[in-house]
Amino acid sequence: MHGLSFDIAHLLAGSLVVVSFLELYQDRLLALIHIYAVHALVLTLSVAWQAFIHDAPHLYITALIALAFKAVAIPIGLRRIIIRLGIHREIDNVVGVGLAMLTGIGLVALSMVVMLRVTAEADPLAREDLAFALSVVLLGLLMMVTRRNAVSQVIGFMSLENGLVLAATGAKGMPLVVEISVAFSVLIAFIVIGIFLFRIRERFDTVDIQALDRFRGERR
Amino acid sequence: MTALEAILIAPIVSAAILAVLPGYRLTANLNVVATLVTFSISVLLFRTEAQTGDYLLIDDLNRVFIVLTTFVALTTSIFSASYISHEIEIGRLTSSSVRFYHAMYQVLMFAMNLALTANNIGLMWVAIEVATLTTVMMVGIYRTHEALEAAWKYFILGSVGIALALFGTILVYMAAQPVIGEGLGAMVWTTLVQHAARFDAPLLNVAFVFLLLGYGTKVGLAPLHAWLPDAHAEGPTPISAVLSGLLLNVALYALLRFKMLLALNPVAIAPGPLMVTMGLVSCIFAAFMLYRRRDIKRMFAYSSIEHMGIIVFAFGMGGPLANFAGLLHMTMHSLTKSAIFFAVGHIAQVKRTQKIADLSGLTVSHPLLGWSLVIGVVAIAGLPPMGIFMSEFLVVSSTFARQPWLAILLALGIIVALGGLFLRLSSVAFGEPRGPTEPTHASFVPMFAHFAIVFAAGIYMPPALVAGFENVARLLG
Repeated sequence: MHGLSFDIAHLLAGSLVVVSFLELYQDRLLALIHIYAVHALVLTLSVAWQAFIHDAPHLYITALIALAFKAVAIPIGLRRIIIRLGIHREIDNVVGVGLAMLTGIGLVALSMVVMLRVTAEADPLAREDLAFALSVVLLGLLMMVTRRNAVSQVIGFMSLENGLVLAATGAKGMPLVVEISVAFSVLIAFIVIGIFLFRIRERFDTVDIQALDRFRGERR
Repeated sequence: MTALEAILIAPIVSAAILAVLPGYRLTANLNVVATLVTFSISVLLFRTEAQTGDYLLIDDLNRVFIVLTTFVALTTSIFSASYISHEIEIGRLTSSSVRFYHAMYQVLMFAMNLALTANNIGLMWVAIEVATLTTVMMVGIYRTHEALEAAWKYFILGSVGIALALFGTILVYMAAQPVIGEGLGAMVWTTLVQHAARFDAPLLNVAFVFLLLGYGTKVGLAPLHAWLPDAHAEGPTPISAVLSGLLLNVALYALLRFKMLLALNPVAIAPGPLMVTMGLVSCIFAAFMLYRRRDIKRMFAYSSIEHMGIIVFAFGMGGPLANFAGLLHMTMHSLTKSAIFFAVGHIAQVKRTQKIADLSGLTVSHPLLGWSLVIGVVAIAGLPPMGIFMSEFLVVSSTFARQPWLAILLALGIIVALGGLFLRLSSVAFGEPRGPTEPTHASFVPMFAHFAIVFAAGIYMPPALVAGFENVARLLG
């Protein structure tokens, strides 16, 4: 592996983790959506760089999908939704920023320990990509559990999927079928979410999950 | 076109047709016809030779699953036709949402058949994701507060589950790639099996943990089961029947494929103990949860968690006998639980409530429905002479020979569940009848067909069936 290309791949994957941390402490919805767009942009660069150094042209398609859908279309769509619902200034956090960040650091340390230990024999670029990818996945999960607004949960889920795309592209020569399906699933997920957000709005006049929690399922 | 392709093409073409046709009576009947066609193809498939391609395969393991899936899908579509016409009459569903419902039903059939026939672990993942998304839409179809909450919860937890499963799938590819080489081959299940012994064991271990958590969420194993009771209780009842009877099995099938892969690697961890633990925890936890249920559909949803726990436990124990018992239990549970949901669906419609407290004296007011429910609960609780008694007895006795303590814990779970079910049944089925008493236009054929099979299996299993199950049990290792 050439020194420079390895370093750039490393830098981009690492940046994705850093942007995940940025998402973690954004408590305003509009800012969160902007940071998510940056997240998707970093993913695009990372995937494109992988395509370049592995000489795998099909990965450019994945990069293009990430750019068009995740970095442009979805943030614009979400922005419209929250402005229409009038919740763009809403503040949303359940646990304090400090606690969330500390937990996040713990999760990153955990994924480094786990992935670097088990992939000792794999190609160094792939194993670091995997470790970073797992960190992004875990940070996405953390975001989903620390937020109570449906929009921020959805963003947490989408950054989680970004982590999966990073892992899939880091695995050398993984067949195209999976990458397209990942991108495709994000698209479907977005449609579903869109429908749901509107339905929730229709019913409750809010997208705050706490309003949903009043109906604890168990009928009384 | 081979039967293997036909079983995927038939439902997807039907979905496209059903999506454009108006009129709920017509589409409901066409839905039955479509599932009948799919079922006929699956019978045809049952008799063809094993085939393996880069994307699809048919072998002894998935034949059993496919026939079971298409059969329950057929009977559920018959039940669904009468259920839906009642929902239209009382205005809970509009004709456009019914059109959507029927198209989604066929897409779900397609996705489940694809997951079962996939020979590519990536394709299998995609199929399970599609199945999840379609059921999310169907759970939310009533658009009530509860239905939306249930669908949202199911969507979020299900997505996290499948995301973890994808990570596990990628790790399996990473483990396979140095041995098999880059490209499609390293995701083809039959190729993976051939080379599994030389894979990097630590990577495979981590992969299995992710797959177990991911697909385990879809199986409904505790503590990842939170979506399951809500989704069962708030969606249309035919979907509860399909979820419990089929979709949980499909996720289990995916788990079993990976278990077989791991078992072939001498250095990797044994997947059995992990599955045994999760199965046992689910069984005992769900058994105790049965006692505090107020909603009848939620109660049977917890019963599904309990039974999936027993099945995963049996497959985790492994060995020809326990695997045989697990397979039998899975088949019996699918048939019995979907039949119970057919009965519960009609009961909830005539009584206009799902609350256990408001249901009483069904055997007096609606003898046929009431006694069907009694038979169903007797069967699901594992009392003789029904088939579930046979399979539970086999699971417990085969475990007792190897790990007496585990068998005692499992038996405890089964007995606690039995108590919980009968406690509720006594008030629902017997006593003073309450609520509306007008007669029903229920369709009893699917329900009785399932009970007849379950009853027959408890009395006498044809040798050909036993031989077939034994063969599959050996394959599972």
